Amino acid sequence: MPQIAQLAQTYSSQIFWLLVFFGIVFVFVGRGMVPKVMSTVDLRDQRISGDLAAATAAREKADEEEENWRRRENENRASAHAIVVEAKAKAAADSESKLAAAQKRLDAKLAEAEADIDAARVSALAEVEGVAAEAAQDIVQRIAGLKVTAAKANSAVKKAMSDA
Amino acid sequence: MAAEVAKLDPMHQFTIAPLGGSADWTLAGFNIAFTNSALWMAFAALALIVFVAGGMKRELVPGRWQMAVEFFTGFIDNMLQANIGNNGRKYMPYVFSLFMFILFANMLGLLPLGVIGLHPFTFTSHFTVTGVLALITISIVLVVGFWKHGLHFFSLFVPSGTPVPMIPVIFVIEIFSFILRPFSLALRLFVAMMAGHVLLEVLSSFVIDGTNAGPLWAGVVGLPSYLLMIGICALEILVSGIQAYVFALLTVFYINDAENLH
Repeated sequence: MPQIAQLAQTYSSQIFWLLVFFGIVFVFVGRGMVPKVMSTVDLRDQRISGDLAAATAAREKADEEEENWRRRENENRASAHAIVVEAKAKAAADSESKLAAAQKRLDAKLAEAEADIDAARVSALAEVEGVAAEAAQDIVQRIAGLKVTAAKANSAVKKAMSDA
Repeated sequence: MAAEVAKLDPMHQFTIAPLGGSADWTLAGFNIAFTNSALWMAFAALALIVFVAGGMKRELVPGRWQMAVEFFTGFIDNMLQANIGNNGRKYMPYVFSLFMFILFANMLGLLPLGVIGLHPFTFTSHFTVTGVLALITISIVLVVGFWKHGLHFFSLFVPSGTPVPMIPVIFVIEIFSFILRPFSLALRLFVAMMAGHVLLEVLSSFVIDGTNAGPLWAGVVGLPSYLLMIGICALEILVSGIQAYVFALLTVFYINDAENLH
């Protein structure tokens, strides 16, 4: 077994060269290069987590915007609805008042017409009375030969007509 | 024939040999010959530097290579995060270097370079190497533990809720198990790597010897051994990764003990 057989003559050179070459590795690779490699990895990890955070923030912002938009949309819809309702109410009130005015006009016309009819009837009645009074005067004169005054005839006619 | 038998010695692959006349190099009286083992340490370090450097483009959208490097850093980072918590990141350079260095060493040792006449050397199959790595880990644990908690670090050896009469016994047992940690850490990797390579070598000697012994033995021994070797090679790749992972994971566990006590 050379490890033991050659121990006495080789141990110092083994230890010496191992320390030399392991020392070189430790200084150049372990102390020199590895920290740089690690910092590159860290930098990348940081970059990735930063990008992810930015993406998350952007998504949250988009969600918020959407929420805002939705709220605004709902408000708009509600206000549009209110306008429609108001317009409907106004139109209904308008037509109602127009109808009322028309009704009033009609009523007035009707009343006027009735008054006209009444007046015509009254005047017709008065004419009938006059004619009847004259006729009664004539009749009395001719039959009884009596001369009756117009006033007397009139009142008699009135009496007869109201009795009738 | 004797030369061939020597070639098929399954332990021969672990032999350390100085390269290029460096056998007599010394430093403060210690021999520091540049051996085949040191050469493969250099290859592992170089391959690791090239690999990680290839992932340094620092692009926001990583390419394949950068992805691969970031996979490994992320893997170790997760391990530290899961076991130690947020304090774990400061151990990243060490644990990453440790895991990748062992992984590359194990993988390079499995390269089939024998077919072009080169001999990959798995230096993690030497306990001198794994032992040093384990000692570095335990040193970090001790330094961090005493630095952060002072003498309170000894409470690590008395699990909370231990009945008072049991404390001396438990304390001794826990100390003992703590002292054994570097050994188990070092031996696990060394044994796993050595066993795998010996197994492959033994099977390959079956293939060669069986085939040399004629068509019958080639069919009965050589071919099944060859098929088995293919499977074992795949298993060894898995073991390379698992052993590097286990070494790093246990290191993280031990550091966690020092960092957070219990």
